[in-house]
Amino acid sequence: MGSNYDDYSFSEFALGQEQLDRIETILQDELVESGVHSVLLIDLAGNIIAHRDNGNCDHDVYSLAALASANFAAVDTMAKIVGEEEFSLLFHKGENENIHFSKVSNEFLLITIFGKKVTLGLLRLKVAEAIDKINKIVQK
Amino acid sequence: MAFVNMKSKEVQAKIVFYGPGRGGKTTNLEYIYGKFRERIKSEMVSIKTHGDRTLFFDFLPFDIGKIMGYDVKVQLYTVPGQVKYDATRKLVLKGVDGIVFVADSQVEQRKKNVLALKNLQDNLAAYKKSIFKVPLVLQYNKRDLNDVPLLPVEVMEKDLNSQLKVPSFEASAVTGHNVVPTLKKIISATMASLQNVLK
Repeated sequence: MGSNYDDYSFSEFALGQEQLDRIETILQDELVESGVHSVLLIDLAGNIIAHRDNGNCDHDVYSLAALASANFAAVDTMAKIVGEEEFSLLFHKGENENIHFSKVSNEFLLITIFGKKVTLGLLRLKVAEAIDKINKIVQK
Repeated sequence: MAFVNMKSKEVQAKIVFYGPGRGGKTTNLEYIYGKFRERIKSEMVSIKTHGDRTLFFDFLPFDIGKIMGYDVKVQLYTVPGQVKYDATRKLVLKGVDGIVFVADSQVEQRKKNVLALKNLQDNLAAYKKSIFKVPLVLQYNKRDLNDVPLLPVEVMEKDLNSQLKVPSFEASAVTGHNVVPTLKKIISATMASLQNVLK
């Protein structure tokens, strides 16, 4: 097999309780308190790391996470095909609900679902702040 | 790459059904969905073409209860089997914890099985994973067919499993024969590989 393979491969990471608590607090304070309906931190395999919502959402978050990670991966691959490193804005607009994707480090994605009360500009600002804080936690 | 939530004592593991096109990967998931509907809270998600072929993946989240004090959720995925969809097939493998390779028992599919297994090896290698180390179970599907010539199981074992030496099942995804044993086997192999994290 040689050294091209990870020996310790299929079961790598776990975040501790304290880290998860802090991440959830960030999602709550930075995003849900700003009027976001629901926010998910997922990994690129589609697993949910943390989830917070305003209490009025009844989304199937597991399916959402699987589809969001696949969608992100597909768009990322398309970017590479046309010669871009990445597409920086990933955003789907609906009549009542919008969904915004943002990469957090190389392993995680932040999926934010929000309505008419939050502008895209404010959302991007809040998401950037949250990502900055989350990065400090997961990189430790 | 399974995710272990130490706070809610929850494990999420990703199991992918891989194999040649029209081999029965989606049918496996549909049987599981029907059989365990009361334990599956959400709908099965399928991204497919108008011709009902899997375009990207099928997805089925499945709570299997407590193992070693953790609530275990397995996420079952299929890949598109057709050769032309290799780019999306590769994406689905990202972070995989366990694989069921669904082979087609029909004589005329013999070569496609071998090519699909080689493709699995190559795509795992792109993620720096070895096919010899990932939890893997083989399923020889369509054993119920009686109007077309089928490959003897010994031939399939020789073609696909002579080096891998992993557990294998004769099955029929349409009738459900050995679908659940295949699933149980890959779940136990996957959980065994995660044990060092769950201690």
